[in-house]
Amino acid sequence: MNTNGSTAIRPAAPDPSSTPEDLTPLERRLLNEFQHHLPLSPTPFAEMAERLGCSESQILQLLEDLQQRGFISRVGPVFRPCGIGASMLVATTVPEDELEKIANFISSYDEVNHNYERQHRLNLWFVVTAPDQGHLERVLEDMEHFTGLDLVRLPLVREYHIDLGFPLWC
Amino acid sequence: MKPQAAVDTARIPDELDRRIIRATQAGLPLVPEPYRQIGEQLGIGTEEVMQRMRRMLESGVIRRIGAVPNHYTLGFRANGMSVWDVPDRLVRKYGKQIGALEFVSHAYHRPRHLPRWRYNLFAMVHGRDRKEVEQKVAIIAGLLGGDARDHRILFSSRILKKSGLRLPGGG
Repeated sequence: MNTNGSTAIRPAAPDPSSTPEDLTPLERRLLNEFQHHLPLSPTPFAEMAERLGCSESQILQLLEDLQQRGFISRVGPVFRPCGIGASMLVATTVPEDELEKIANFISSYDEVNHNYERQHRLNLWFVVTAPDQGHLERVLEDMEHFTGLDLVRLPLVREYHIDLGFPLWC
Repeated sequence: MKPQAAVDTARIPDELDRRIIRATQAGLPLVPEPYRQIGEQLGIGTEEVMQRMRRMLESGVIRRIGAVPNHYTLGFRANGMSVWDVPDRLVRKYGKQIGALEFVSHAYHRPRHLPRWRYNLFAMVHGRDRKEVEQKVAIIAGLLGGDARDHRILFSSRILKKSGLRLPGGG
């Protein structure tokens, strides 16, 4: 586990030995009830503890554990991509035998935060995020220049998101 | 189709907001007073950190604050990007309906790119396996009825990179 400093917590590599069946009832409640609404108060974990009927130090330990075991990637704010710059979903067709090489090249950009192989003629899908539209377009043109690929740009027109949370056990 | 600006300028975070984003995007410190620690790091008070985060929450820059689940480890091994070709005048109506389904984590209107890409509505569907995803997509198909001229499920066969969103520009 790489921990460099108290706040720079990288998403943990999931521990393959952890399965959802290992989760205790308290851990399940915590996961179901605190994907949202971590209180914006000076002592949010104490408030969580009160709601769940345990102690603050127990909550902190539990969150640390859940992170170590790969069940949660972090505890904190989830930002809306468009709120902080420009982003674009991009799809392209890459020949199977070049996929690995090209995917690695695409992933090497800091501006790329998701990159998936998908089952379609357009088989490589990635998201590019940049501080502004100009920067975004330069990254895409750079990628096209080096790979010769024709990138299909699928910008967001509108998002429909009613954040009901994601029920993990229902 | 009238493309809308994705960013409303009144919502653009200022420099201090962006420093708060950078300091919290990899997670809050797991200590009794996390916002105080973030404030100390940035040279501002606990109250200011919380107030600015509250404002970003209200304006939608922050979607939520909480434990961010790793769906894969939690047993949701399959995600299918379902894509739909619906008449442009109905995208909004169906986008809202689909976005409200509990098994849909994201629903988006995106432009078509004919002839390579005919689909204008995207819905990310999660399930424990592909079969469950397919069953859920069938529910969406039922909802759209004859207004869905075509649809596909694009399963991901490999995750080649996945990192939490990072605001570029480090320190």
